[in-house]
Amino acid sequence: MLAHLPLLAILIPLIAAPACVVLQRLFPAWIPALGATFLTFIINIILYLHVLANGTFEYTFGGWNPPWGIAFSIDLLNAPIMVLLSLISIVTVFYARVSLEREVPKVRHPFFYSLLMLCVTGLGGIAATQDLFNAFVFMEIAALSSYALVGLAARREATFASFRYLTIGSVGTTFFLIGVSYLYMLTGTLNYVDMALRIEGVESSRLFLAGVALIVAGLAMKIALFPTHAWLPATYSSAPIAVTVFFSAISVKVPLYLLVRLYFDVFKSGLAFVSFYLDTVLVIVSALGIVYASWRAIRTTDVKKLLAFSSIGQVAYITLGVGLAVPESVVAAWIQFFSHSLTKGGIFCALGCVIWHHERTRGVCHLKDLNGLSQRAPWVAATIVVGGLGLIGVPLTSGFVAKWHLILALTDLSQWYLLAFVLLGSLLAVVYVGILIEAMYFTPATEDVDAAAKPEIKGIPKTPMTMIFLSWLLIGATLYFGIHASGLTSLAEDAVKVLL
Amino acid sequence: MGEELLTMGNIQFYFYQGAIVLSLIGLYIVITTDNLIKKIIGLSLFQGAVFVHLIMLAYIQGAGPPNLRGEGLLVNPLPHVLVLTAIVVAIATTALALALIVQTYHHWGSIDEGDISQ
Repeated sequence: MLAHLPLLAILIPLIAAPACVVLQRLFPAWIPALGATFLTFIINIILYLHVLANGTFEYTFGGWNPPWGIAFSIDLLNAPIMVLLSLISIVTVFYARVSLEREVPKVRHPFFYSLLMLCVTGLGGIAATQDLFNAFVFMEIAALSSYALVGLAARREATFASFRYLTIGSVGTTFFLIGVSYLYMLTGTLNYVDMALRIEGVESSRLFLAGVALIVAGLAMKIALFPTHAWLPATYSSAPIAVTVFFSAISVKVPLYLLVRLYFDVFKSGLAFVSFYLDTVLVIVSALGIVYASWRAIRTTDVKKLLAFSSIGQVAYITLGVGLAVPESVVAAWIQFFSHSLTKGGIFCALGCVIWHHERTRGVCHLKDLNGLSQRAPWVAATIVVGGLGLIGVPLTSGFVAKWHLILALTDLSQWYLLAFVLLGSLLAVVYVGILIEAMYFTPATEDVDAAAKPEIKGIPKTPMTMIFLSWLLIGATLYFGIHASGLTSLAEDAVKVLL
Repeated sequence: MGEELLTMGNIQFYFYQGAIVLSLIGLYIVITTDNLIKKIIGLSLFQGAVFVHLIMLAYIQGAGPPNLRGEGLLVNPLPHVLVLTAIVVAIATTALALALIVQTYHHWGSIDEGDISQ
């Protein structure tokens, strides 16, 4: 049984996907989804413990050994990501049970869970696989279900945002496919380990350079790296809030994992030439992205868009750490990877509680909707503030641990310009979090939101406890990892030992 | 391997060139047109060009089909499998895109990106 766990972690959500729709007459659609995510969570925990104790766990399909057959490989780099993925999917299913009521027509609910399960399958597959083409297929499974998830929302902006996401996403995955076919031309293999061996000696070939450039460009579109970020704000702001929670917490992170895996495990077998260009490009793009995205976050009045731009900036910290390519900076990047997932997921969960009250705005949340939130819903406001402090990188949050490691790495490398960019990014984060705090704590509520202020009078039900509890869960996790910093740090160090 | 395939005179060379031209035309359409349906046509062209490229990877001059009774040189079967999978993915993308266009038209009364963004 243990031998087949990596397969089951992917297969269970895949089976649950049709079950959500087919069995909807027998029981509500969220039950198969919840069951599948719980099972996957348990499996991923077992896998992680197993990997911690015994090292890399390889699963070969049909007993065909890697260069010929396809293999899944679970090691200290991707096992935590799979745990995070299943944790976030549990949160999303619980959250969606409540939040969908207000945002998505009832008949579409089973499809939501079905698509979510497909998305989990795809992301889990990307994390587990050891085969480039396999990664492409899983990426498309995740991407296609993501486009549809965005389009599920009842408002009309959602369909168009979903269409834009589809065009940019498909161009990105097609770039990835061209890159894969170039590398296949050059090496005749698709397996990561095998390819890394065969790349040695041909790394100066133009075909290799083109292949690597196309793969990185394709993945950059998926993770919304600075110049290719255009799809992300519109998508986040018009998708149902449960989808935004899922996307911001894990959906852009898994392609980022793939980038890191290919970058260090496959492309970089001692090739100074490519890594020089790649590193420089990644670092410059990330540094510009941090500042640009934070600036755009300040200028917007749609709270979901503000947080979306902040996501682009925060993800750029991760790519910055990856681009510097020394162990300390990659550790910082990896801490930021987990820290940002929990923080941003938690903030969006809390924001969902605000949106839940504003049915007339149909899922859009403007800054003025936050006015006076500290009186109406003090706990929700506090959660958003703590999450915001995590985005800035204030001590006692996990964001601080990540920023601290990044700044230490930058001073070690004497990269003073980059340090300035990082600090400027944090400063701008202070401003956009400040804008949120000002709206919530120092601006009195306008009349039309007063209706929500006195729920018992207007007959509006109170915010469901589930949503508040889930936001506490995620934000509490960032506080836990901020105080108990060695947990996340040792996780990241273990992961980096696999890479470098 | 690889580089020597890209020499003049080899039949694959012309197909690779054709694939690159086609993919650039496709990408150009995706970027420049405002009409959503034309965008999808461009996207399909872009993806199709990549499939042509992938299929040509398998070709070996004078080789037979890769079945069990084949003798001597056989063409590489793996890219065929990859292309089949990728075609299925491309069809799914096109179908979803067309469904979204129908929804967009239903909501906005137009399939022109310029009209909708206003």
